[in-house]
Parts: sequence; C-alpha cells; structure tokens
Amino acid sequence: MARLNAQNVERAKAVIRRYPRERSATIPLLHLAQEQDGYITPEAMEHIGELVGATAAEVQGVATFYEMFKHEPVGTYLIGVCTNLSCMILGAEQVLEHTEKVLGIKAGSTTVDGMFTIEEMQCLAACGGAPCLQVNYRYFENVTDERVDGIVDALRNGRDPEGQSIPPHGTLSNITLPAPTTPADRERPEEIHPAPQGVES
Amino acid sequence: MTDTAPAKTTFTITVDGKEIEALPGELLIAAAERGGTYIPRFCYHPRMRPVGMCRMCLVEVVGPRGPQLQPSCMIPVADGMVVDTESPTVKKAQDGMLELLLVNHPLDCPVCDKGGECPLQDQTLAFGPGESRFVEEKRHWEKPIDLSSLVALDRERCIQCDRCTRFADEVAGDPLIEFMGRGAYTEVNTFPDDPFASYFSGNTVQLCPVGALTAKPYRFKARPWDLDQVESTCTSCSVGCRMAVQSSNDRVVRLLGVDVDPVNHGWLCDKGRFDFEASNSDDRLTMPLVRTGDTLTESSWGVALAKVTEALSGAKDRHGAGSIAVLGGARLTNEDAYAWSKLARTVLGTDHVDAQLGDGLPAEVVLGLPRATIDEACSADLLVLLTGDLKEELPILYLRVRGAVQDQGLRVLEISPVETGMTRYAAASVRAVPGELASAVGHDTAKALLQGAGKVVCVLGRQSVAESADAVMDAAAALLEAVPGVTFLSGLRRANVHGALDMGLAPGVLPGRISLADGREWVGSTWGELPAEPGLDAHGILTAAAEGKLQGLVLLGADPLADFPDRDLARRALAGAGTVIAIDAFLTASSRQADVVLPAAIAGEKAGSTTNLEGRVSRLNQKITPPGTARADWMIAAELASRLGGDLGFESVAHITDEIAAVAPAYVGITSAALLSSAGFDGLLTGGLHDAHHEGPPSMGRGEAVEVDAVAAHGDNPTVEVRDSSPAPDQPDPSAGSEPHGDESSTAEAEAILAGGEGDHVEAVQKSAEAGESVATRPNRPAVLRSTPTVTRRAVPAVDGYSLRLVASHKLYDDGTLVQHSPSLAPLAPGSVVRVNPADLERLGVTAGDSVRVTSSRTALTLTTQADLGVPRGVAHLAFDQPGPGAADLIDAAAPVTDVRLETI
Ligand code: SF4
Ligand code: SF4
Ligand code: FES
Ligand code: FES
Repeated sequence: MARLNAQNVERAKAVIRRYPRERSATIPLLHLAQEQDGYITPEAMEHIGELVGATAAEVQGVATFYEMFKHEPVGTYLIGVCTNLSCMILGAEQVLEHTEKVLGIKAGSTTVDGMFTIEEMQCLAACGGAPCLQVNYRYFENVTDERVDGIVDALRNGRDPEGQSIPPHGTLSNITLPAPTTPADRERPEEIHPAPQGVES
Repeated sequence: MTDTAPAKTTFTITVDGKEIEALPGELLIAAAERGGTYIPRFCYHPRMRPVGMCRMCLVEVVGPRGPQLQPSCMIPVADGMVVDTESPTVKKAQDGMLELLLVNHPLDCPVCDKGGECPLQDQTLAFGPGESRFVEEKRHWEKPIDLSSLVALDRERCIQCDRCTRFADEVAGDPLIEFMGRGAYTEVNTFPDDPFASYFSGNTVQLCPVGALTAKPYRFKARPWDLDQVESTCTSCSVGCRMAVQSSNDRVVRLLGVDVDPVNHGWLCDKGRFDFEASNSDDRLTMPLVRTGDTLTESSWGVALAKVTEALSGAKDRHGAGSIAVLGGARLTNEDAYAWSKLARTVLGTDHVDAQLGDGLPAEVVLGLPRATIDEACSADLLVLLTGDLKEELPILYLRVRGAVQDQGLRVLEISPVETGMTRYAAASVRAVPGELASAVGHDTAKALLQGAGKVVCVLGRQSVAESADAVMDAAAALLEAVPGVTFLSGLRRANVHGALDMGLAPGVLPGRISLADGREWVGSTWGELPAEPGLDAHGILTAAAEGKLQGLVLLGADPLADFPDRDLARRALAGAGTVIAIDAFLTASSRQADVVLPAAIAGEKAGSTTNLEGRVSRLNQKITPPGTARADWMIAAELASRLGGDLGFESVAHITDEIAAVAPAYVGITSAALLSSAGFDGLLTGGLHDAHHEGPPSMGRGEAVEVDAVAAHGDNPTVEVRDSSPAPDQPDPSAGSEPHGDESSTAEAEAILAGGEGDHVEAVQKSAEAGESVATRPNRPAVLRSTPTVTRRAVPAVDGYSLRLVASHKLYDDGTLVQHSPSLAPLAPGSVVRVNPADLERLGVTAGDSVRVTSSRTALTLTTQADLGVPRGVAHLAFDQPGPGAADLIDAAAPVTDVRLETI
C-alpha cells in the first residue's frame, strides 16, 4: 500500500472540491492516507502533493507537524497514556507501567501481533478525570489497573471496552462520501458533514 | 479622509527620541534602519515577506496602554509612532531571545564556515546576555546532511529563521525544503530522495544567518577574515547580476549576490554563483600554444604573436582583408570587445565580425528595436515571452518575472514551441509550431490578450536553434503590427553578448548601436578608414571558411564546434580556414584545432565593464591575477595591432571606457568616472532606452568632449537603495544582501527616496553633458539604430507524417567550458535526451526510456527517449550543447527548420 487507491482518489477529489485552494485539503487527505494504510507512507505524501499541487516536501512538512499522523506502522489500537502533571500526581506512572506490563511492551512500541501501540501523551485536557488514557483517541478517565485489564481484554476479544465502540486506528468517521464499498470502509457512518474535515472522532 | 486632505506621503515616527521620516506601509524595522537605528534580526529580510519567526527584533512601541513589546519586522509604521529600541525591557527581551536561540545551538564556531561573519555571533556579542543558564544536554542531529549536490545542512546550527524555506517557496518557486517536525525537533529538510535541486539553491546559503547551510564549493575553503573582496558583475549570462568576488590566496573562493534594485535583488543563480570554480581549474591555459604538425606545444608570447602577425598580415596582403574574420566576443568585457572591434575594422580592415554564433538574432534588428528595461518588463500590463525558457537561459530574469507575476499580478503571454519553466505562471501559453512562430502571435488566445492591453513589453530571444532566426523576426514583426507601441527586452542569453554587439562585434554595426553606413564618418574620425561593405555573420563566416575563402579566422572565446547550431558546417569551416587563431581560457573542441592558441584572462581576472540585456553598463573588477601568462583580450588586441603596424591608442582599461563614451553614441556619458561614481552602483543605462521614449535622435549633433562629472551631476547623493546592513559597520552581512563595499546608508539616501525615488541616472548624466557641451568639430554624432524586423515569411516545408519537428533549446547546465570545468556543476548537465509527447511515442511504438535512432538530413544519432507532456505532438525536443553527440549534429543551419525521424533499434 502506498499511493491512495482508486476509491480514495475519488474521495480525495471530492474533499479537494470543498476548498477554495487545493492545498487546503492537505490535512484531510493525510487522514485519508492514514485510514488507508494505518500510517502515512512517503508514497502517499507524494501522491497527496500531486493531488493538491504541492511538493512532497511541503506535504511532509505538514504531516510531521501533527502528532496524530504516524510515519511508521502503529497497532490497530493506539493506547495513549497521559503522564502530564495532573495525571502524574494521581498515578499516571502506575497506569503506564501496568499497561506496559499487560501488553509486554514499552511505551513507543507495538506488540508483535500488531494489535497495540503504547504512547506516552502530554496533557489530554481531561485533568478533571486524571489519570486518563485514550484508545484511538477515545477517552477513558479515572483509570485504574483493573480498568486497563478490562479494556485490553475487551479489545483482544473483539468486544467494545466499557461500551465504547472503537474502530481501528486511522478510521475516519465523518469525511464525506462517496459511499464506502470496501470492507475497510464498512464501519464508516454515512453522514454529510457541513464542514467536511477528515477529523477522527 | 476627506477629498481636500490628500493621503500623507510620509509619516514621522520617533525612534529612540530621534524623529525620522518613514514611508506609509514601510515596516518599522526598515524605517528605523534607514533612519540610522539598526534593530537586530534574524528572520527579517527586505526581499522576502516578514514572518516574525525569530522575535529578535522586539522593540517597545508606545500604544494606548503604554509601551508594548512588538516585533518591528511585522508592524508597518504609523504616523506619530513612538518607538524605543534600547529600553531595559527591550534589552531583556533581546537577552532572552538570544539565550533561547543558543540553548540548542552547538557553538562550534571554531569549525563553522560562518564563524567570523555570522549574524548569530555578531548579534550575541552586540545584544546578548553574555552567558547561558542552560546546562543540560543539547539536542543532537547527524552533522551535515546533503540537501543537494551543492548545499549541505547542519541542523544543529539551524535557528529556524525560515529564510531558506521562505526563499525556496516565495522567491525561487521550488519549495523542496521545508520545516519538518515540531518543537525542539523542528528541522529543515527535503523529502527523502527529492533533493533541493533548485537553480537558485546557493542563495539559501547566503541568506542563512548561521552556519547551518553551507555551499559545497566553499565549505572549509577559507575563513572570512582571510577573504578579500571586490564588487563585480556576473557574466555567466546576460542578466548581469551584481556580486561580490571573494578570494583567498589569489584564488576566487566564493561569489555573493549584491542587491541591485533594477537587476538582481541580491540573488544569483547557481551557475553564476559556482562557475568560478572554472577559474581555478588546472586545465586553464597559462601559456600560448603553437601548432607543429598534429600537436599544440607551449611557446612564448613572442613566438605565438609573431605567428599570428605573420598569418594575418600574409592573409591580408595576399587575399585582401575580406579573407580575415573574427568570430565570438560574448565572453569579453566591453573594453575587450571595443578593442577587437577596432582592431578588426581598422588594422585588419575586415567587417567579418560576429559575437553571436548563429544562436542569436540579427544584430542590426536587436539593437534597433524600441527598448524596455527589466523593471519595465515586470511592470508592464502584458509581458509577451517570445524567447527561450527564462528559467534555463536567464535565471534571475525568471525570478524577477515570476516575482512580478506572484506579487504584482503581472500578466504573461508565453509563445513557445514547448512548455517552459514560465508556463505555469503565464496567463496564457500558446504552443507555436516550430518555424511558424508568427502565426502563434495571431492565435486567438494571444490576440485576445494583446487587444486592449496597455503597456506591452516583449522579451525577444531565440527559442530554438533548430529553426532559423527568421521565424523570430517574423513573430516580432507580427507583434509590432498587432501592438505598435510594444517595447522589447532582449532575450539573448550569452554573457556579454549585448556589450559585444554594442561595441560593434557584428557585421555592419559600429560601436554604440550605429550602422556601418551611418557611422562611417563619425567613428571614422577617431578610428580612421573603415571597411567599405558590411561583412558576413557567423553563418556566412563559417560557410566562407568551409569554402576555403578565409585565410585567417580568429576565435575570440568562440567554440563553434560546440555552440554553432550546425556542427557539420563548423567542422568543415575549421578544416577549410587558413590559419585559425583561438583566444581562450581553455582548450575547447574548436581551439584544439587552432594553429595558435593564446591564453585569455576571464571574469575576476580583469577589469572593465559589461552591458546586460537591458543595456545597463556595470563595472567588472579584477580580484585575482590571471594564471600564468594569460592576459585580457584588449591587451592582446593592442599588442597585435602594434605588431601589424597599427596603433589602437589604448593605455588602460579606463582609457578605453572613456573612448567608448566618446565614440559610441549609445554610451554617451558612460565614462569610467561615471561608472565609478555612486550613481554607477546600479549600473548606467545606455542611451538606447532614452531614444525609445523621445522623438528624434537625442544623441544627434552632440559635441565631442563628453566630460561628465557624475558627482556634480547628482549632487552628493549616494546610491539610492534600501539595504540591509549588519551591526558591525565594517563587516558586511552577506546573508542580508548588503553591499560589500560597506554600509553607505545615510539620511541622504532616505531623502533621495522621499524626494521621489530614483531618477534616470543616465538622463541626468546626459543633461549635464549637454550643459558642458563644446562646439563640435567632428562629424555629427549619428542616431542609434532604429529597426523594424523585416518580414521574411520564409517558406517552411510541411513536416511529413513520419517525422517530428526538432526544437533545440538551452539548459542552464550545458557543455559550456565554464560549467564543464566547474566540478560542482559539470555533473548537473542533463545530457541529450529526446523528449517526445507520450502519444507520439506510442504511435512510433517506442517505450519511454528506450534508445532510438534519430535521423535528420544531416546524420543519425542514437539517443534515449523521455515521454513529456510538455512537448506537443509532432515535436521532438533536445537540449542544445550537452556533452557528447546531440542537436548540433542534426541541424542544418541553412534550413528553416529541422525534421527528425525516430526509429526503434
Ligand atoms: S537553515 Fe539557516 S536559513 Fe534555514 S531556517 Fe535554519 S537558520 Fe534559517
Ligand atoms: S542569472 Fe545570469 S547573470 Fe545572474 S547569476 Fe545567473 S548566470 Fe549570472
Ligand atoms: S495532565 Fe493528564 S489530562 Fe491533563
Ligand atoms: S521576528 Fe522580526 S526579525 Fe525575526
């Protein structure tokens, strides 16, 4: 996988048409690429450059500025544990350590089965629910070791952890059509968003 | 604002208690500088948009809530603004910014190329806190990485000022370097495997305020305090960018762009910046060479000149002056060219002289068209491009035009057989059928743009050497018919070709843009007897030589085997000419065949002046001594003249410059004194422009003694320009594009600007010349040429169904001697690749990348193909003058067009 596939090119063109300037679509198209491949490949950046009339270097400049764009493969579930001040005071280090132990990997790495990646995060703006973590950017607040066990167990077994549905990393929720036809797109809800930006919800 | 109160033209602001005048819209940092207050800065650059990246320029501006810290590079002045650049708050901010910038800076000044001329060093010393509280480990990056084959980057030293990246995007239009990452780990970099292959990459090195970017040709070559410099002008193409030539141990080690407002805005292209390497080449000729049998052997000047004298006087005595021809001259300074023009016309008695090599346009037409300057081209309502690819041939003109399109909305109509670097910026680009340019001028799209356009300027040059120059002349005629008021900027690309033509190195043309017929009396009164009839041009000279009619052929830096469009004819010419005398800095394909080779000095090794494509005369200064016994071409001319029993009467370069000013009508007032005056800093425009704007020939009937005291003519105003300057007055800040001869900015400059901008220097000079005019005792000074291109409508044969029509145009990097003897540039020549529309490739059954046999009426070559949508169907494109066999082998210079067949092998 590398360049955007035919269907994503169509989606990309639809996104580009929404903007007065083509290159304004760079970020939504990067999300498309990340949805397709799970991370941003150099080939995708080149392709996006061609689509929006920018050089690959310019696209890479944008893509490397944002933490949410990954440049290496990440697991299906990206677990981000906040270790900033509030969370740290309330036991973030323990949460992180426990998550690492449960998954058998260190923060910054991915399990061999490609299912989980752990990331250490800066303040997630959920200090009121500290310590907190995110799975594919969905929040879990006031986490404890037990809840971490529960979340990991649910995800391993294809269940929704604590009732939250969590699509695979990179899945876009509200980018506009064309309608999905491939299995990878199945879970994407069809909705017309007034300000279509490839935002992960 | 009411109708009765017109908008203020100047504002008064107070900087550190001193009132200064500022221009509305001007940035505070610039206004303060003009007023004599230097505010430290890293990211601000007068030729680029402000970004407010570095915060070094914080000053206190008094607002409604009292003094506030503001970045002076981001705020335009307001009337009555009160600014403090030295308050304790400002000092604290400066200390803080510098301490922060140095947190991750490696401070490896002792091994950094920038050390000694580094704005970060200088400003830390002048404005910094003197110590750092940062004791932690600094951020580390891999030491230098290559951004391209010419530029290396040390990311540890980068202070993220955005100058290089802004330049690449805004000015060069090649956004191939970008900030990557974020926060402390922000780095400048390219996309993997997509190097910073911009023709303008060297400028980023000059712009970088630290030693992060270094140019490979200069890396570790010298320390700034070992450098000695003079200001000069680039002669690698005809744009004539101003630059500083820096040397160490009598070798040129670096060239830096100098900001000249009407020309280069401080930029240089990479060819102009780095081809100095050739002057240090071991291949330079240091001694004359004389042929004995098959070999050229070193000899003394005495022996070599005796041989030349014998050959030329023998030829003249036995076969007449018409058996001698002088080819070339674009490499020469104006003074060299004038000397050779005089030598050829008087002592040798021949008018067979041509500085162009069949790759340009007829001189008498180019010199006589109504003229436009670069500034006028950029401010026109419509700019018509009837010339080669500006990006490849005249790179800094490309930057100027591109900038005008981006910033001032200049509309460009391009008429070209293939896509060019300008195409994406053109309002319309009309594909002309090669050989039939004129019909493209009448194309509906072109017509629609031309109709109703106010001021139209046309850049006129030679798009393809595979078609005859007649096609361009017809197109120019068609344009003049459609838009009678159109003015022209020459697109001839070769070095000082305009100076050489202006000095009369073209058949039937005498110095100062007058014809042999009109100028006979006037020039003859200084020169003596002149040839009776106009002579042959390059094509005629080579044809005559091939037919055995030339006994003496002088190649003035000319290499017809490489540069003449028709290599077969050039080959026969060199074989058929009696004695071939080459004056060159290197052995070229052609000079290897010469009977005598005289070593010449090149740019940087000799002084004089040069004339750029808009007719602007600028100084060339000598920085190093020529290698061995090589010498300036005018000296060779003078020496030959005396050996041949004549006397050119020259004592020095300045002496020739002054003779030119006296003899050449278009050069009135351009004396050595005027060139050295402050008014000469931007170069002086020749009178041809003046003529275009006035009825009647203004140069007619002027007196003989044109003594111009330029200082008197201009008062004491120093140069009129706003320049960046460095904090240390004796240390130019090359990154900011300041003039290397020190900071001359003063209130007088500001006054000059406020008084209404720059005047036309030459006009002023001329006025003063008129005032001090003495009564003419000589013939009337003739008017400079005026011409209308004659319409030839030369019949162009229809291309047959199997053939493609050839377009051969220049690339920036070619097989030219300077590029090929510059180790950094030589590998960049792209080679001869046939570019063809993919549809044609498919029709011919050729896969892109395959080798094909390319056959013309002349020969067959095996070349690789490349599919290119920028080449229209029915056309094959080849870069001209690339290493190895190529376009010149295929072209028959006598034919109006060149058709080629492509066959698979
Ligand atoms: S490399 Fe130099 S010019 Fe470019 S951002 Fe860094 S400091 Fe500025
Ligand atoms: S554009 Fe021409 S004159 Fe200017 S630097 Fe390049 S080669 Fe030299
Ligand atoms: S510190 Fe963890 S969410 Fe703010
Ligand atoms: S912020 Fe003004 S010079 Fe950098």
